[in-house]
Amino acid sequence: MRIGLFIPCYIDAIYPEVGIATFELLQKFGLDIDYPTEQTCCGQPMSNEGDNESACRAEELFVKNFSRYDYIVGPAGSCVKQVRVHYDKLDQTDDVKHVRENTYELVEFLHDIMKVESFPGISFPHKVALHNSCSSIRGLGIAKPSEIMGVPFNKSAELLGKVSGLEIVELDRPDECCGFGGTFCVTDEAVSAQMGKDKVMDYVANGAEYVVSPDMSCLMHQEGIARKLGISHLPFIHIAQVLNGGPFKE
Amino acid sequence: MNSTREYILNSISRNMPATKTEYPVIPDFPKNSKDILEEFKENLLLGAGAYYDVKDKEEALKLIKELYPEAKIICSASPDIKGNKDLRKINDPHDLADVDVGIIRAQFGVAETGMVWLTENELILNALGFLSQHLIILLKKDQLVKDMYEAYKKVDIASSHYGCFMLGPSATADIGAVMVRGAQGARTLTVFFM
Amino acid sequence: MRERVIDVEKNAARFINQDDVHERMHDKNLWAARMKRDKIAETIPEWEELRNLASQIKEHVLTHLDYYLEMFEENAVKNGAIVHWARDAAEHNQIVLSILEDKRITEVIKSKSMLQEECGMTAFLERKGIIVTESDLGERIQQLDGQLPSHIVMPAIQKTTQDVAALFARTIGTDPNDTDPHSLTEAMRNNARPRFLRAGAGMTGANFAIAETGSFVVCTNEGNADIGASVPPLHIASIGIEKILPKTEDLSVFIRLLSRSALGTPATQYTSHFTGPRKGGELHIILTDNGRSKRLALNDFWRSLKCIRCGACMNTCPVYRRSGGLSYQAVYSGPIGIILDPTFDAHKYSELPFHSTLCGSCTEVCPVKIDISNQIYKWREIMAKRKLLPLNRRVLFKMAGGIFARPSLFRTAEVAAAKILPVIPDFIIYNKALNPWGRHRRMPVFSKDTFRDWYLKNRKEKNNE
Repeated sequence: MRIGLFIPCYIDAIYPEVGIATFELLQKFGLDIDYPTEQTCCGQPMSNEGDNESACRAEELFVKNFSRYDYIVGPAGSCVKQVRVHYDKLDQTDDVKHVRENTYELVEFLHDIMKVESFPGISFPHKVALHNSCSSIRGLGIAKPSEIMGVPFNKSAELLGKVSGLEIVELDRPDECCGFGGTFCVTDEAVSAQMGKDKVMDYVANGAEYVVSPDMSCLMHQEGIARKLGISHLPFIHIAQVLNGGPFKE
Repeated sequence: MNSTREYILNSISRNMPATKTEYPVIPDFPKNSKDILEEFKENLLLGAGAYYDVKDKEEALKLIKELYPEAKIICSASPDIKGNKDLRKINDPHDLADVDVGIIRAQFGVAETGMVWLTENELILNALGFLSQHLIILLKKDQLVKDMYEAYKKVDIASSHYGCFMLGPSATADIGAVMVRGAQGARTLTVFFM
Repeated sequence: MRERVIDVEKNAARFINQDDVHERMHDKNLWAARMKRDKIAETIPEWEELRNLASQIKEHVLTHLDYYLEMFEENAVKNGAIVHWARDAAEHNQIVLSILEDKRITEVIKSKSMLQEECGMTAFLERKGIIVTESDLGERIQQLDGQLPSHIVMPAIQKTTQDVAALFARTIGTDPNDTDPHSLTEAMRNNARPRFLRAGAGMTGANFAIAETGSFVVCTNEGNADIGASVPPLHIASIGIEKILPKTEDLSVFIRLLSRSALGTPATQYTSHFTGPRKGGELHIILTDNGRSKRLALNDFWRSLKCIRCGACMNTCPVYRRSGGLSYQAVYSGPIGIILDPTFDAHKYSELPFHSTLCGSCTEVCPVKIDISNQIYKWREIMAKRKLLPLNRRVLFKMAGGIFARPSLFRTAEVAAAKILPVIPDFIIYNKALNPWGRHRRMPVFSKDTFRDWYLKNRKEKNNE
């Protein structure tokens, strides 16, 4: 089983430690992982703006880079959603279809494909607020959206539950959008910032020591808000870092 | 036939999606195990209604005096209780503007929602249900259905010009999201089980 | 001349920044409605099945609409109603005016109708010298303030009690220091009562129209539609052509969903069924198209016609809750507004589809399962294709697309960002005009080494051994 590691552009540039954690974590399961070094972006920022023409150029490159792998795994829900759901503008060649069907977000991959039972030796004795991104919840289905009635499930929480000492705190609005929204965060900055502030205050009010998410883009926005508000003691980290036991930013 | 009608119908048939959706079967959903009368009472209270068990006409009249000591004009659409304003002599709904207490017998109640079903036959003048400051609804305890599925199977909306599922008094939360009873219609609604 | 593009982002920023009260209250109250909805929906084991049924019934009607409309008309006429057809807002308003003029009616009382709102009916009638009174409290508040409804079922939810108190003091003479919602509501009740009694006609909309019986259903919590329909001798109902349901039984599905989705209550206080005119009265029904039949042809958007105007998508929308409904400057605001308004004017409302994080909550909460979030996404594509976006947005994303298409260019851009960002002075980074990110957020720190650098240094060879 050959795994193509998909490290979204902003993780590559801003959060290399998340890429490293993802890589190391997957390696622990004895997987054959390759990182195609010519990868750039999945096309989401352009596509979100309705600019499919520009998006397609990045998307074609993505397919070219990744079509040779059995699975493509990336630590970012919204980017994976882009590949799986929004690569519908490309010619649906066998390669495109293969890539769309076999690209997984990290939590999904560990939970659904690897069916991971434990994370030996990993402990994280902290109170953690879990932020599953909207793309992960409502786009990929890694947790039951609160709007839908029925039996709850939450794949990220299940994985975190296997980490020794970790406690997930309950939030007032567990799956409320944080207001990142890609380009929305700059084109609609007042609303975006207000949503981010409310999100951060929810963590603080409920005693979280860490904020953990499978989507670093939401955290980039939330962390920026928290620091600007003067909240410096609340680290925002990717779920891969917890499940792998690091590395963390110095 | 006017041309607008043809225009709209033509525009619809031209523009309707080609793939047709079938009409679904509405299945019989399982009912909850709550006692039907208790469920009705619970939901009536939620809708800000009230209720009393009433033995007979005498007790009803006594209760009305207790509940609405200030009421001057009482108008009843039910032969079971007489008021002091004769509905049968009134043709113009405007003449009901002074009614303090309106009394109407409901056909039946719905446990799921706490609503009662009233038609123009029970209201005689529809406005009685809405201009009256307070409403008393007479209801037999055995005249209850479990839920809205049963309710809509039971009613024949085409058999009267007006029918209303009524739940408690007039309500609004349009100012500061604060619940206020008695917005435009009745200020209170009280069910007399009799 | 084209209308100015609505700058919803700017309006929303103003709503947030006006003070510390309005946005917080708005968000809190609407979130509470969403929570009430969740709580009551949980008590119904078949909730998701009901949503499927409702969606399917609506899609069935919309794909057989001509058939059901004719059936409705035939039965309504049999019941003694007078049925009119209106192709657009102008024709709708003209029909209303002719009916009123014919009977020399100069004053009407109306209940809430989003369709009449769409048609701008009140303003039209007022210009013709007819006194029109909104009787829904929230609508009346908005009417007195000269504003559109800010929410479909809670029209004045963007106002605080203090705002309403000041408005009532100014317009109906209440004590300006009286800020008790109970006594303010009472004041309006007393103000409205004589208007109900004076009115020559009562106007309503309709929540549902039943084809097999020719009846229509109006749901209110105040009973105001019922007063308007039962006191004046004339009742005029404006009904959008998409409101049809085949059978009475269908109401059991829709009534179970409507108020639970809207306000989290089991039902509205009044669910009223009108089948022809009451004894001694006259009933006119105006079946109105106003763009609906055209919308049926839009592959990606026709399902928006399933909407039952419950407002659940507004309550749940995190962007709407922070923006206030008036920011959309449209009859319909919030998620449903984003997908409906451009069908009326794609240029004027070209920015609305971007006023969303695409979080998808609206789609999941919608009782008739309209894929609202997808439709917002699709509208973005249309706006981009029609070049209805501001130029700076278009150019920026063209450039980004170019960079991401070429790995080497992307590397250069990454290195440049990592080098430049740390040396840009804070006053530029945190200047709102130059950098909207930095106003409310600290900048992220670009790493000296990218993941790719690490990989090439540490893993590539080992990996390939």
